[in-house]
Amino acid sequence: MAENQSAYDQVLAARATDKISIQRLIAGLTTDFFELHGDRQAGDDEAVITGVAMLAGQTVMTIGIQKGTSTMENQARHFGCATPAGYRKARRVMRLAEQLGYPVLALINTPGAYPGVDAEYAGQGRAIADCLLTGLQLKVPFISVIVGEGGSGGALALACGDQVWLFEHSTYSILSPEGYATILWKHANKAPQAAAKMRLTPAELLADGMVERIVPEVKTAADCNKLQQALSQAFQGLAAKPVTELVAERQARYRQF
Amino acid sequence: MPKRKFQAPTEQQLSVRRDQIPDELLTQCPVCQKTCYTQELTEWQVCPHCGYGFRLTAWTRVAQLTDDFQELDAELTIPERFADAAYRAKITQAKAATKLKESVLTGLAKLEDETVGLGVMDPYFMMGSLGSATGEKITRLFDRCTAQKLPVILLTASGGARMQEGMSALMQMAKVSAAVAKHRNAGLLYITVLTDPTTGGVTASFAMQGDIILSEPKALIGFAGRRVIEQTIQQTPPVDFQRAETLLKNGWIDQVVPRPVLKATLGRLLRLTSGGGDNG
Repeated sequence: MAENQSAYDQVLAARATDKISIQRLIAGLTTDFFELHGDRQAGDDEAVITGVAMLAGQTVMTIGIQKGTSTMENQARHFGCATPAGYRKARRVMRLAEQLGYPVLALINTPGAYPGVDAEYAGQGRAIADCLLTGLQLKVPFISVIVGEGGSGGALALACGDQVWLFEHSTYSILSPEGYATILWKHANKAPQAAAKMRLTPAELLADGMVERIVPEVKTAADCNKLQQALSQAFQGLAAKPVTELVAERQARYRQF
Repeated sequence: MPKRKFQAPTEQQLSVRRDQIPDELLTQCPVCQKTCYTQELTEWQVCPHCGYGFRLTAWTRVAQLTDDFQELDAELTIPERFADAAYRAKITQAKAATKLKESVLTGLAKLEDETVGLGVMDPYFMMGSLGSATGEKITRLFDRCTAQKLPVILLTASGGARMQEGMSALMQMAKVSAAVAKHRNAGLLYITVLTDPTTGGVTASFAMQGDIILSEPKALIGFAGRRVIEQTIQQTPPVDFQRAETLLKNGWIDQVVPRPVLKATLGRLLRLTSGGGDNG
């Protein structure tokens, strides 16, 4: 039971409302963030924030999936559940990053892709599938950081980088523990037991080779600086590799599973 | 001549008569809800009223579609490290029901004289869920077809990523996608045939990555499940919102192909794309 509780505590910590927002994180990690809107096909999803910025003297393309910090903002960003327009926007800027030779930084905090009738009509499955294809072939360095919740395929769509990092208080899982408990045991209230089984905590994910690094929780400007330095170093290391090697190694990372 | 008086049978008599009808005589279509004699489904297992194709095992599909089939990775199965007793019991049951060791059957097939890599997911193997060995078999099929310069046809049927395998299952979406990318970059064709049901992580990866996407009539195709949507947005989605015909109308698939002509359709497509059309 204690074990159940500790895994579920991680789930609650990942969902904590005082968790740093993606916007604040972008502001802390980068300077001169220039936001890019729209998927150039049908719309703009506010759950996904994309833009060009400077990170430690290097131009990067940032893509974030963001929850709201107020009820109104949560309505606009539908609680961090991206719609097809959001994934298409993400894909559009990934391709732009590749064209211009900028590395891609994905910052992820999402319970999962948006479940809705309109999202189905607009091709949610295809939008995520396309992100995976594009991300896995991207000819520029690509680091994914899970900041809070990394929920299911909706997170994976942007978590197919060369490296995947994870905040200290975060989770990454096949589905929410509530969803898992509902599917396997028909009881959403068995979420704590599910969390204990799902190997979704940072320590378990690191041990299983799902992520490369656990990042100390970022709260202050000083924390941001540390993460910025770590990202900058990692991007430099990846940029030093020939492109064919970079892409082959990324694909090999996923081949092992 | 006096008319014989009709005596209506009592409820009890009716109930006895109903019990005498063998269960397998009649079949109700889960899509249009109409009933037909099971024989009317024919060997194609198709509803005579609405055209819905009933779920088939992978081996039945292979028999219907191919002239020759050489199975690949037949022994590949669920790794022992997934030791949960309830999961192992389901695996044992699924293996017996499908004569497969994982939820997909892969191989090299002859289909109307064209050679092609063929993968068929089996809805009777834990609802075609995507496990790590499922992803491995499909990845190997793509890798082999990339090396041998062959097109790939995949018939999808899946409830999505397999919960029991957790993150390992989720990662299959990325693993197979990378293999699809390599096949695509080699200039080769990938055709998907979406069959009932194709949902979740399979829809959000290789099912929707086909260069040409076909589907069977009335197949359920979607990302999020109906119940999840109902709980989230508190409204009832339209009956047909995830049917193949709706996806066709919205531009997500190329054609809805009735099962009895699926083989001929795929054969024609393979001939066309390998440089020889029907008239040519």
